[in-house]
Amino acid sequence: MIEASLPLLVPLTFLLFALIIPLFGVKTPTVAYPMALVGTSLAFFFGAYGLVWVVFEGPISSQLGGWPPPIGIEYVLDPLSAFMTVIITGVSLLVLIHSRHVVTVEHSTKRVPYYGVVMLLLAGFSGIVSTADLFNLYVFLEISSLAGYALVAIGEKRSPVAAFRYLLLGSIGASLYLLGTGFIYIMSGSLNMADVARILPVIGEQPAVIAGLILMVTGIGIKMALFPLHYWLPDAYATAASVSSALLAPLGTKVGAYALIRILFFVFEPTYVRETIPLTSIIAWLSVGGIIFGSIMAINQGELKRMLAYSSVAQIGYIGLGIGMANPLGFTGAVLHMLNHAFMKASLFLIASNLRVQVGHSNIWAFDHHLRRQMPWSMAAFVVGALSMIGLPPTAGFFSKWYLILAGIKGSNWIFVAVILLSGLLNAVYFFRVIERVYLPLRKDPLVQSDGATEFQGWRGREVKFSMLAPILVLSGGLLLLGLLNSYLVNGVINLMIPVDL
Amino acid sequence: MTSPTTYSSVVPLLAILVSMLTVPLILFSSRRTNLREFWTLAASVTKFGLVFSLLPAALLGQAAQIRLLQISPGIDLALKADPFGVFFALIASSLWILTSVYSIGYMRGLKEEHQTRYFASFSLCLSATVGVAFAANLLTFVIFYEVLTIATYPLVIHKETPLAIRAGRKYLAFTLTAGVVLVAATAATIQLTGTSEFEPGGLPGIQNLSPVEIKVLFVMLLAGVGVKAAIMPLHSWLPTAMEAPTPVSALLHAVAVVKSGVFGVVRVVAFIFGSETLSRFGLNDVLLFLAGSTILLASILAFSENNLKRRLAYSTIGHLSYVVLGVALLSPSSFIGALLHIANHATMKITLFFCAGAIYVNAHKENINELDGIGKVMPWTMGAFTVASLGLIGIPPINGFISKWYLGLGAVEAGRGGALIILLVSGLMNAGYLLPIVCRAFFRDSDALNPSGEASKWMVVPLIITAFLSVLIGIKPDLIFYFFPLAQQITQGVLGG
Repeated sequence: MIEASLPLLVPLTFLLFALIIPLFGVKTPTVAYPMALVGTSLAFFFGAYGLVWVVFEGPISSQLGGWPPPIGIEYVLDPLSAFMTVIITGVSLLVLIHSRHVVTVEHSTKRVPYYGVVMLLLAGFSGIVSTADLFNLYVFLEISSLAGYALVAIGEKRSPVAAFRYLLLGSIGASLYLLGTGFIYIMSGSLNMADVARILPVIGEQPAVIAGLILMVTGIGIKMALFPLHYWLPDAYATAASVSSALLAPLGTKVGAYALIRILFFVFEPTYVRETIPLTSIIAWLSVGGIIFGSIMAINQGELKRMLAYSSVAQIGYIGLGIGMANPLGFTGAVLHMLNHAFMKASLFLIASNLRVQVGHSNIWAFDHHLRRQMPWSMAAFVVGALSMIGLPPTAGFFSKWYLILAGIKGSNWIFVAVILLSGLLNAVYFFRVIERVYLPLRKDPLVQSDGATEFQGWRGREVKFSMLAPILVLSGGLLLLGLLNSYLVNGVINLMIPVDL
Repeated sequence: MTSPTTYSSVVPLLAILVSMLTVPLILFSSRRTNLREFWTLAASVTKFGLVFSLLPAALLGQAAQIRLLQISPGIDLALKADPFGVFFALIASSLWILTSVYSIGYMRGLKEEHQTRYFASFSLCLSATVGVAFAANLLTFVIFYEVLTIATYPLVIHKETPLAIRAGRKYLAFTLTAGVVLVAATAATIQLTGTSEFEPGGLPGIQNLSPVEIKVLFVMLLAGVGVKAAIMPLHSWLPTAMEAPTPVSALLHAVAVVKSGVFGVVRVVAFIFGSETLSRFGLNDVLLFLAGSTILLASILAFSENNLKRRLAYSTIGHLSYVVLGVALLSPSSFIGALLHIANHATMKITLFFCAGAIYVNAHKENINELDGIGKVMPWTMGAFTVASLGLIGIPPINGFISKWYLGLGAVEAGRGGALIILLVSGLMNAGYLLPIVCRAFFRDSDALNPSGEASKWMVVPLIITAFLSVLIGIKPDLIFYFFPLAQQITQGVLGG
């Protein structure tokens, strides 16, 4: 009966490989990469199998050590968890395939610890989404955060500073979450999510419960970089090593968003966070702030990775807005956007990484139109990713926004609708700024003859290796497919996870 | 108000796919230019054949339908080649063949760079245009409409000069903004009425909405499609976009893109709101006012342009609003006139742009005051130019007369004397800004002109054909494409009786 232990298998696989990669890597550092790939592929297989199983057979619960739930730690794979697990394992598999060359170049001597820490990070992420225990969630949050600090710190010269700031704020966030969990534990006497969810309605509106909820949400808000708690994010993502940011940006904040959904709608009741205390509308308005702030800041950035990081702040706003609108369509939009944004951001950060490897920088002002000849495939993928970020059909980005707009109209929240539309235009400004530089000769270039003879000089010459290109192309193709086939996903998977009384 | 009977068919999908699938073929044969151009020509002929095969059923009031997949709860990506869709697709796809031939002459004549990108984008644009024509519901329409926006961008910035790049920015700013408004309006329509399936005479649920909802929805939808239809004050991207190569101006900025906007206006007016709802809230008056003032203002602005293509662009803005005006009059005759003008203006304006391009390639002249005596050097080109100019003014037997006649008839039917006066005055203004060009070309002499004769046959033959078509359709409107019976068929479906 492998199915019964599916919820545990993914985090365990990552933990196992986090241990054995250093063991085998001591003698032969070259094994780190293939082993990481094997581990992630295995986890992806378990994740995909789990999703199929959950969709057709229903949620799976497994108990650690055979202790029954309120006392022992329970792991549950329900549609939401299984969906998140597939995102985490799938995207990280693609990023890791891409990573071989970059990691060799950027951290040649630290390959083994690097992959070990990556496995630890992924163990944390996948643990967060599959545990059904409030305290256990904190443990995994800390595992992933500690690994995250390390991954940020191995980056550029300035990255230890960014990592330290990330660490400070991240620790505050984790502590707040832990404090909140304590409040809830004192009031309910349980840490098991399902159990707490049963007890809370009986307790009613106790100040301590409300305090606990707010502390937990604030803590998670820091982890998912919900505006105005995003302060750590831009520096951390922009200065981290290429692969680290391609792992952290698409996945790290999504895991936070997952935790937010779990606490708000599954541990607490939707009516509680919507009406008893207007927490969801506060989250929605903060998200609106984040969307506008992130988009405007992104326009001002001259460095591609930093621009993408600020764009992340805005995109997390979309997810937060979907959660905050607290209706089924908003929920659908938020969950769909977690997947779509993971694809888009992974693709875009990997392209930034390709640029760093091939051109040596990712400074937007220094891009010129030779790039379109030098890296035609990467740049084409960038355009697809950008169109999806702007939200143009038929890419995936359009459809998650589409659900959010439908949700906004359904709830007559016209300001939210206006902000979503406006931000699409702001996205267009900062992405077309890059596209123009890559595809059009904005500056007079003395090297180019008027007959364009030198134009062909670098044709196909400097495109990246296939292993760095394939993941990007898969992600770009995925963006088109996810867009066109979104309703199968929504009907088949996302509808299953919408809480009953939302 | 009868909904066409439907039969399922894969032809509408094929008509869209044929040019979409050509894009990779064009890209991969970038080194072998003859092969690349062969793909374009093959795709255009195939596309036209596919669209043409839908015509007999459309004339009987039947619609080929195909539902592809669900893209949003309760909404399919669906194509439905109803008579109106076939009408528009027929215009776009038939003129694409001529434009492809012309493009080859133009691009090679000027030894332009990036020809592969040009032909690939062009092909994608036509896919999107036919997609717009065949979209069965508002969401499908929006998807193809946005694809059209993006696919046109590489053509607008084709020259890659600072001016072209600026034109590209302006183009995107206008069209993307319109796009998001249209998306919001679509979402609102779906949420409020529960459907977005185009229905002759209006959506079934539209009458249940409150007056405020109807008005807001109408303004948003109109703003969304009005940018491409260049209704003032949303027009200013079009003259700027004349930086694009002339074949682009000819097919996209006189036919495919702008007519997609006008097509959208007709869809919104007749297939979402319906004439009853519009006249109940006086919304057709708003539309009449906008269209009427656009016609007059655009004609005035056309006088002040010395650049030939920009003058033609303002003329296009005016003529697009003829269509809007005809639709807003809500009478059967004006509706027929509006539909016919979509086709007639297309053949005439594409001729004028083809001529402008031929002059540019051959004599490198862009400005009207440099065209003295050009008619003696390029008699065929300027002859065609004269025919099309007379047609735009509304002189029989050229097809412009017929649509104008029906528009005028419709204005009388609807009891709108003002609209009739606008049409007549605008005809005179058309004469005022087009005929001086003809006079210069034929009756003035210039020493500065380098007599190099006509442009290549690739360019001259298409423009003679389009001029000839204008006359032919003017003499016998129910010939070849059956535009007239088709327009009657559509009008009957939309307005009844």
